[in-house]
Amino acid sequence: MSLLELEDIHTYYGAIHALKGVSLRVEQGEIVTLIGANGAGKTTTLKSISGLLRCRKGRILFDGKNISSMPAHLVHREGIDLVPEGRGIFPRLTVLENLEMGAYLVRDHADIKKRLEYAFGLFPRLRERIDQKGGTLSGGEQQMLATARGLMSDPKILLMDEPSMGLAPVLVDQIFDIIKELNARGTTILLIEQNALMALSVAHRGYVLQTGNIVLSDTAENLRQDEMVRKAYLGV
Amino acid sequence: MRIAQLPVSVREIVKPIGRMVVFVVGAGAVFSAFMVLLALVFKGSAADRLLLESMDVGILPYTVSILPQVLIDGVTLGFVYAAIALGYTMVYGVLEFINFAHSEIFAIGAFAGVEFLLFMERLGILAGAGPLFAYMLLMMAVLAGMMASGATAVIVERTAYRPLRGAPRIVPLISAIGVSFVLQDLIRLVESLTSGQFHRIFPTFGNFDDRVSLFAFEMKMGTVYVDIQVKSIVVIVAAVLMLAGLNYIVNATRVGKAIRAVAQDRSSASLMGVYVNGIISFTFLLGGALGGAAGVLYALKFTRIDPFIGFFPGMKAFTAAVLGGIGNLTGALLGGIVLGMLESFAGAYLTTFTMGAMGAEYKDIIAFAILILILIFRPSGLLGEQVSQKA
Repeated sequence: MSLLELEDIHTYYGAIHALKGVSLRVEQGEIVTLIGANGAGKTTTLKSISGLLRCRKGRILFDGKNISSMPAHLVHREGIDLVPEGRGIFPRLTVLENLEMGAYLVRDHADIKKRLEYAFGLFPRLRERIDQKGGTLSGGEQQMLATARGLMSDPKILLMDEPSMGLAPVLVDQIFDIIKELNARGTTILLIEQNALMALSVAHRGYVLQTGNIVLSDTAENLRQDEMVRKAYLGV
Repeated sequence: MRIAQLPVSVREIVKPIGRMVVFVVGAGAVFSAFMVLLALVFKGSAADRLLLESMDVGILPYTVSILPQVLIDGVTLGFVYAAIALGYTMVYGVLEFINFAHSEIFAIGAFAGVEFLLFMERLGILAGAGPLFAYMLLMMAVLAGMMASGATAVIVERTAYRPLRGAPRIVPLISAIGVSFVLQDLIRLVESLTSGQFHRIFPTFGNFDDRVSLFAFEMKMGTVYVDIQVKSIVVIVAAVLMLAGLNYIVNATRVGKAIRAVAQDRSSASLMGVYVNGIISFTFLLGGALGGAAGVLYALKFTRIDPFIGFFPGMKAFTAAVLGGIGNLTGALLGGIVLGMLESFAGAYLTTFTMGAMGAEYKDIIAFAILILILIFRPSGLLGEQVSQKA
């Protein structure tokens, strides 16, 4: 049984048919990436999984449980954490409070403390900024904060929406190193990227999304060699 | 020891009370200085001469002699406004929406508290109440007001606002105005059913009408005695406690953090497992309860209540919230205190300084002129929306 499985998902924005039957699965321990152009439906897919959008047709199974019609706060309870596009930092909460919000459902203070230490271990920079307001951080720091906050709930799967967006190349490398590191420590990751080359270099498998349809799926290695992918997304 | 080093729980009790003291002293000092300056300017004017003729006192000593009393009244009124203003500003913080029915939620609190006391009076409990028991009864009346208003606010949100979430902003606003009329007439209906009339008088009991003399000072015109009504002390103390309590909930508890998170990014908060609708209901509950308590305190202070009493305090509290920076809790506090002072000063001095051309009842014009000026020149308010609720 896969950890996460989407079966023929259809999602609409009003009358606009954004996802036209997306099916994909993510196994325990994998990094899976979803690549595609602007408007292909990548973010919509993640929003459908996390419950921010409700799919009109199809099934989403997580750990064998049907989560298709759950609202976001209940989906989160199941162990799914979305690090949203644009990071979704609470601008007027401090770094510490942002992280504490990530562990909102955790009642055990010792547990929260342990996870904070884990997050600061991964992102020492955040410890230096602990009392600073989220809105005053740089873009790279905000991405670190969003990622760290996503880890605070100790999710079974981390959904990451464009973590490299708007970051300087050196920071992009850093973020991808962290993604690899997280995965090595056991976190399953579904990653969305415009930067297909980077995404395919860290992922095990990948899906190519085009105007709401999955057009290709293979191992990351094979996708990198694929003629169509090379032309359309890798620019070579 | 610096405030930043205290643990959060202690800090969030010390800080708001300190802030209130600063606001009261600051606003009081500014207004007093302004008034004394104005009196100096008016020295020798027609107003000064008129005062000398009729009361045998110059405008400067007159101004100074009533100043302490005016300040006390201003602070009392200011805290009532602040408690109502917080209801507007909290709801605005999470939904970016002005709950115009909040003034009626305030009125419902006043009626619930007064009806409770009237019921106690009918039972004969009120008349013989000793001082300690009188305070307990008053506290129960405040609680009754808080519960009635809190529940009303939650129901109103659930039935009249939540179905309109996502609609253009003007739609829930109009719904709020509609709710406001509905509640007004509902109060009228319920109150007239039982007694055939729809105003109520706060029953007399305890020592709330007594006056405590604070101090006296000598002036050329004679000794000036400054006193304060017991009920004003009750109003101030109760408001300070509630405002500090609210600040504690918002800034030092888990649910308070969730309120702030929902206010800043609703969808992010839901992704962290926060049940957003529950938090919004809770926000209405808090704001409503605070408004209801303010209603009972208002009834205590001004005695007579009718179904329309919410309108003016509500509008002024709304002005206070805008004045301080709507969405900003500290701002509502500051705005309430400033507006209360302003009104008290205008009420006390307007007649004298204009030689009767403008009576004390023109004080409302000043409050609303402030609203217009703020909206034109500093729409984000004194403290601004950007200032975090935490800072």
